[in-house]
Amino acid sequence: MPTPKRASRQAPMRAPIVIAAAALALAAAAGCGGGSSTPAAAPGTGKFTPPKIEALKSLGQGEGQVNLVAWAGYAEDGSNDPKVDWVHPFEKATGCKVNTKTAGTSDEMVNLMKTGEYDAVSASGDASLRLIASGTVAPVNTGLVPNYKDVFEGLKLKPWNSVGGVAYGVPHGRGANLLMWRSDKVTPAPDSWGVVFDPASPYKGHVTAYDSPIYIADAALYLMSAKPELGIKDPYALDDKQLQAAVDLLKQQKSIVGEYWSDYTKAVQSFKGGDTVVGTTWQVIANLTKAEKAPVEVTLPKEGATGWSDTWMVAAKAKNPNCAYKWLDWIISPSVNAQVAEWFGEAPSNAKACAETSDKSFCDTYHATDESYFSKVHYWTTPIAQCLDGRTGVKCTDYSQWTRAWTEIKG
Amino acid sequence: MSGSLRRRAAAFLHRHARVRLSLLLSAPLAWLGLAYLGALAALFVTAFWSTDTFTGDLVKTFTLANFQDLATGEVYRTIALRSLGVAVAVTLIDLVIAFPMAFAMAKLASPRAQRWLVILVLTPLWASYLVKAYAWRVMLSSDGVLGWGYGLTATILTLSYLWLPYMILPIYAGLERLPNSLLDAAGDLGARGWRTFRTVVWPLSFPAVVAGSIFTFSLSLGDYIAVKIVGGKSQLIGNVVYDNIGAANNLPFAAAVATVPVVIMLVYLAAVRRTGALENL
Repeated sequence: MPTPKRASRQAPMRAPIVIAAAALALAAAAGCGGGSSTPAAAPGTGKFTPPKIEALKSLGQGEGQVNLVAWAGYAEDGSNDPKVDWVHPFEKATGCKVNTKTAGTSDEMVNLMKTGEYDAVSASGDASLRLIASGTVAPVNTGLVPNYKDVFEGLKLKPWNSVGGVAYGVPHGRGANLLMWRSDKVTPAPDSWGVVFDPASPYKGHVTAYDSPIYIADAALYLMSAKPELGIKDPYALDDKQLQAAVDLLKQQKSIVGEYWSDYTKAVQSFKGGDTVVGTTWQVIANLTKAEKAPVEVTLPKEGATGWSDTWMVAAKAKNPNCAYKWLDWIISPSVNAQVAEWFGEAPSNAKACAETSDKSFCDTYHATDESYFSKVHYWTTPIAQCLDGRTGVKCTDYSQWTRAWTEIKG
Repeated sequence: MSGSLRRRAAAFLHRHARVRLSLLLSAPLAWLGLAYLGALAALFVTAFWSTDTFTGDLVKTFTLANFQDLATGEVYRTIALRSLGVAVAVTLIDLVIAFPMAFAMAKLASPRAQRWLVILVLTPLWASYLVKAYAWRVMLSSDGVLGWGYGLTATILTLSYLWLPYMILPIYAGLERLPNSLLDAAGDLGARGWRTFRTVVWPLSFPAVVAGSIFTFSLSLGDYIAVKIVGGKSQLIGNVVYDNIGAANNLPFAAAVATVPVVIMLVYLAAVRRTGALENL
């Protein structure tokens, strides 16, 4: 029996480690006596000024590869479904081999990009500004991206993909965070987010919510219509009082929540098994759940919804900028943009993509050209200390405060 | 020439046992010092920094704000106590299951059966952590085999399952070294089962139990994945660390939070040390 003996023989080694660790802890605590506590520099008041970084002037030869950080489903190479593949055609056409790192959350994307090992990223609005401000991404010379001219005007030079009229990326697509429910267990069909915030909900213990600080915006959005006296104009611009109201609502919601989800496979399984019967979701989750034969429906509730508008950005220190630009042009080309939009379940960004979808009514289903639909969608944006809704007299709560609040909500 | 040099070196080392020992130990100790303690030191230093909340860049000026927030936030105390409770519960459950199991393996099974039992105990360790945790998720789901639903109890159950081998193996090793003659002697002197256990088996196997409990306790204290998978809406101290790194990119605060389990472990080990169990391992 060699194994257990070895296990027990290792054990005495642990005592000296612990003593050394304790000594070190003391040393560290003692050694850090000096220094002053200057607060972190806040981003400039008014419009923030990003670090000066030059956009690429002209395109050269491809470098032979490109390293991407992308949402699941944004760079498909046929490994999930042999028919869904726009990576290999790209490699064939440009000679740039694609290495994709799939990220699960916006925060993970920011962290991955900060490593400097990636050339391009599909950033949502709650990541893009942070990437711009920290100088992690460079402005994009849209003249070098021929397909940019066909992108919907409603998506160009928006606050989440540009600063001061300078584009920092090309729009990829957009969508809304929807309300999903099990049609066999939830009647009548809900049309309001009230169903996930009602403390006397008949679905107590079977409600789900998105496990991220950014979900606070969903509560704020609901409060915009439920409690207009709070004066919330933008769910990402909350002062202390408004944040507190959202936090209180979410704490109250916790009593009816069964579980919080952060990865989409967990959400699919939970709806399929019936542990969750109502809650926030993405279109792609609804599609996958339906594919698993679970009776679910989705809607954009009457209060509107939070959502995303993603942007492909190029790293400031990209080692393969030419291949990155080629990828940007590829992913928003009409046919590829149509494929990725249909696979992921979101509205394409290229106006010509609507003619290329396999389902001819796709662009109508996803309201691709319907600006009034998207006017009800509040795209994910990083909350910062200067209020995004233009208020100047108050200080708004920033993302780190939201993170602390989220910890507190989950208790 | 080189042959004689080598012989002289060998003779020197043969005569100076301490030099020999330090040369042998220097490589593993350097690894321990740099990789293990170095990382811990970096952690503690980071805990006194802060981040620029917008760009997420580290601001390397000394501040106690992280520890202040940690000490004043009631929610962190609740989470720390909850994590502690989970770690204790998992350790106790594992002990209750592992001790009889290890005893049967070491004292009752035939040598051949022993070998098989050890293999059986080790088998779950060959499967991925995630597969096992998701298997529990499926079993606990309301249309699953057990159907008990998710939550803190589900987390304790899953963690107990995951760490059980780490409790069984040290206890088994400890009991195996316990001579059978002691049990016979206790019987000859008139002690019944319970008394033998209380006065002979338990005191002699206590160091092994401590070794096992260190594993289950520290592994449970740092876990954040199982609770994400089967924990429903609850969170443990590991989740707070994870959220502050992954979500908020606030490494300094995460480092400050991460000192809590380190402190708890140090207290636990100090308490164990007082019992003298560490000397007898």
